[in-house]
Amino acid sequence: MTETVEREVGRARPRKEDAHLITGQTTWTDNISVNGLLHFALLRSPMAHARIERVDVSAALERPGIVAAFSGRDLAEGLASMPCVWPVTEDIVMPDHPPIAVDEVRHAGDPVAVVVARDRYTAADALEAIEVDYDPLPPVLDLEAALAEGAPLVHADKGTNRCYTWPLKTGEDFDAVRQRAEVTLKRRYHQQRLIPNAMEPRAVVVTPIAASGEYTLYSSTQIPHILRVLMAMVTGIPENKLRVIAPDVGGGFGSKLQVYGEEAIALAVARRLGRPVKWTESRSEGYLATHHGRGMIQDIEIAANRDGTLLGLKVDLLVDMGAYLMLITPGTPLLGAFMYPGIYKMDAYDFTCTGVFTTRTPTDAYRGAGRPEATFAIERTMDELAAELGLDPVELRRRNWIRHEEFPYTAIAGLTYDSGNYEAATAKALELFDYDKLRAEQSDRNERADTVRLGIGVSTFTEMCGLAPSRILRDLRYVAGGWEAASVRMLPTGKVEVVTGTSPHGQGHATCWSQIAADVLGVPFEDVEVVHGDTKAAPQGMDTYGSRSLVVGGMAVHHAARKVVDKARKVAAHLLEASENDLEFTSGVFSVKGSPEARRTIQEVAFETFSSHDLPDGMEPTINAEHLLDPDTFSYPHGTHLCAVEVDTETGQTRIRSYVCVDDIGKVINPMIVEGQVHGGLAQGIAQALYEEAVYDEDGNLISGTMADYLVPSAADLPDFVTDRTETPATSNALGVKGVGEAGTIASTPAVVNAIVDALRPLGVRDIRMPCTPERVWQAIEEARS
Amino acid sequence: MIPPAFDYTRPTTVDEAVRALADGGEDAKVLAGGQSLLPLLRMRLAFPELVVDVGRVPGLSGVREDGDALVIGAMTTHHDVIGAPLVRRHAGLLAAATATVADPAVRHRGTLGGSLAHADPAGDLPAVVLAMDAELVARGPGGTRTIPAREFFVDYLQSALAPDELLTEVRVPKADGWGFHYEKFHRVAQSWAIVGVAALVRRDDGRIAEARVGLTNMGGTPLRAYACEEALSGAGDAQAVARAAQEAADGTRPAQDTSASPKYRAHLARVLTRRAVLTAAGMG
Repeated sequence: MTETVEREVGRARPRKEDAHLITGQTTWTDNISVNGLLHFALLRSPMAHARIERVDVSAALERPGIVAAFSGRDLAEGLASMPCVWPVTEDIVMPDHPPIAVDEVRHAGDPVAVVVARDRYTAADALEAIEVDYDPLPPVLDLEAALAEGAPLVHADKGTNRCYTWPLKTGEDFDAVRQRAEVTLKRRYHQQRLIPNAMEPRAVVVTPIAASGEYTLYSSTQIPHILRVLMAMVTGIPENKLRVIAPDVGGGFGSKLQVYGEEAIALAVARRLGRPVKWTESRSEGYLATHHGRGMIQDIEIAANRDGTLLGLKVDLLVDMGAYLMLITPGTPLLGAFMYPGIYKMDAYDFTCTGVFTTRTPTDAYRGAGRPEATFAIERTMDELAAELGLDPVELRRRNWIRHEEFPYTAIAGLTYDSGNYEAATAKALELFDYDKLRAEQSDRNERADTVRLGIGVSTFTEMCGLAPSRILRDLRYVAGGWEAASVRMLPTGKVEVVTGTSPHGQGHATCWSQIAADVLGVPFEDVEVVHGDTKAAPQGMDTYGSRSLVVGGMAVHHAARKVVDKARKVAAHLLEASENDLEFTSGVFSVKGSPEARRTIQEVAFETFSSHDLPDGMEPTINAEHLLDPDTFSYPHGTHLCAVEVDTETGQTRIRSYVCVDDIGKVINPMIVEGQVHGGLAQGIAQALYEEAVYDEDGNLISGTMADYLVPSAADLPDFVTDRTETPATSNALGVKGVGEAGTIASTPAVVNAIVDALRPLGVRDIRMPCTPERVWQAIEEARS
Repeated sequence: MIPPAFDYTRPTTVDEAVRALADGGEDAKVLAGGQSLLPLLRMRLAFPELVVDVGRVPGLSGVREDGDALVIGAMTTHHDVIGAPLVRRHAGLLAAATATVADPAVRHRGTLGGSLAHADPAGDLPAVVLAMDAELVARGPGGTRTIPAREFFVDYLQSALAPDELLTEVRVPKADGWGFHYEKFHRVAQSWAIVGVAALVRRDDGRIAEARVGLTNMGGTPLRAYACEEALSGAGDAQAVARAAQEAADGTRPAQDTSASPKYRAHLARVLTRRAVLTAAGMG
């Protein structure tokens, strides 16, 4: 028997990672310095759309300290188009995307030239010496106008701005359902563009060994493994001569789930010059050059009966791809395609997504990636429907959600949710929130026509996470798989190395994987070290995004550790001269049933295996093990979020008065890390509701181009969060875990906007476009009054 | 971001600083706490050839009394202004408004003189010294001169200081017995005010005898709402204050930016003036 004693899983261990991070003993990519290091800077287009008539770098070359300068054309040879690995339809339009623009710039910030200098200051100064002649072309900014006949084109050679149209129809025919519905409701929502703000900006260092043609690429990336494969393809450097290292990485939120032109440029320049090179973006450069998130128009139609029973949902999306297709630009909105029906039962679902090219920075995955948009649409619409029907919004949800005894349940969009208990999470949230009391206060304020109104917003969400099943990814035309790799090594001294293919950038994998391995192996938590983020040290992996790391990578660690125990058991049985079946394994000790003095610790077994003096016949001298896990289903965290806001009707200012969330993420490995993930997620979701928006002017310039204009909230702007959990274990994996990286972001945005609209509904307000700035709220009130 | 190249000098006396500025002419810039100049340099919005760092010049910081006024050294940090007992006792409006500036890190580096010399109408303190009828003392090659606050703010990011003048002191008349409030409206804690209202109110016999209202970010310079001030005189209840506050935006020319439209700013000025005055007058 193998008895896994859970001493570590479930324990709020302080993170192993933190000591070196908070004492500054970090290796950010920008901290890396090697002899002879050169620095490059990129000249970027000041225009949204223009033909490049001429690029002349000669004046820059004459400046002291400048080593080289290249135009896009100079570097084009030897660099392929940047990759997009998610061609979502057969007839998708896939434009060419050179790492540096050659003939045309297609968004403000598109790079046109590079200077290489002995230091960063010299490089930055030399940019002004580069001469570029642009012939302006019309910007393409409006998603609907872009699809009209005769619209100016982002990629003239493609003849259209339509990238693709991807349909999904399940259940009954929506039109038929609409015919028999007693109520239908149409809404249009705008998901504004967001700019991811990782604490650490992007940075790249390349160190070449010219003689052997070997390259090491350091990058502030979420995906060292994927990056290696694709950089080999883009640059032609053989994959086995390219090592990719993601050192300490300070956040990503999807923005570093990307393969960037700067990474290819760094390799190309290092190859040309045979010298190590570095590039680090500034924050405002990143606002132009690092991909954006969201950016879509959602047309939603819901059909129901008067008693609130949902009949069908129609979703029509226009999604802003930006100027080019980056790694998974077209697929990102489709990660939400299956989530628009949320936790509700219905008979018809009709989904269409159209991708549109514009002359803006490309979009791609941003925390939640498709699912926040989906959750927003259904949860906003549920509140609207409740208002239309005169039902309490919680009651409307209760009448439609999947009941806990109905799991596993195949939802209308075709996914089978393995487990969940929406009743339990909601009941707990309502109690913590003191829902009835707040409703009473709301009525009271409404009756008094108080200047400050109270609103309550509800969001009951689920999400598909743990991006894994390779076969489902195949069906969605995603090029790669979704497995994850782990190996567990018992060292001769009894210490443990866990090698993971996940690539943490703030999540705390070193701590959590240590907890998982320590329990299975029965070794102290402190004795486990986790190796990651280096393709030489952790050669196999699919990296970190989409709340996949625990359900795929963490579970792979669990399985690999179990294999170690199985191998160790063979050695222990041999040493104890007992049958394997007679051995018990508890807390790291093998003992013979009935004679407890006959025992070997797993550390002793590790040393015996190292010496290999007395192993079972035919056994390889190792108890180390590897596991590659490719789960056959997603996981489905869910939860109920409730938000109370006070809206000052004179100024339009919104203040979040209380926020309660009860998340069900299944079994928890480390509650402190979960708490942190939820808090950060809530902050980002609330930021979309209230603060953040990438704003472009009519010429296509990004005018929210610095943190003074793009408002990222801080702790001072956020309320105390009341967070709690219910625990309905996932049935799809041995630990019952589901993932928590995106839950807060997915659930919170509609809770806040629902609350604001709820506060102002008595004044006649029906919707407010995000972010719900004070001015927009004030305008909505003024318009409703007149 | 990477600033352009510049020469740097760090004088140790006011005279040295003034000489350096005179030598540098139009291309010299004073570096005080660096909270405004450094971002401008890093974003390549300013290209001085010479930066004169007055951070090591002794005698430019601290608060002292001089008869009916407080004298605050130009290099006194926001943090020290907030904590100074003399400021709290005699110039509560300044302490209260300074406490809303940016975030603790900025308040520990940024200085009163620096934020006034920067003359940003979105800064909180220009409107406050304007409402307090403060005077600004500058030293130049020809000696010292005193500039009333209402003459100091000339245009957007432009003060009355000559290129070779160094702001050394801010003289703030004691406002003992005046009620005060700074009402700042902003979207996130560390962002600039969309609109701010600095109110000082002297009451007599339950009525407002005299009121001063300074407006942040309602034009190219900080402004006084004179029409509103006049209308407030004699106001005895909340309704009268509300009526007077309707005039708060008169004559202002607020900007359009990503935070707000001029129309909304004007609306806010009226609402916030009413609130600030009611609080200052203890009528709220």
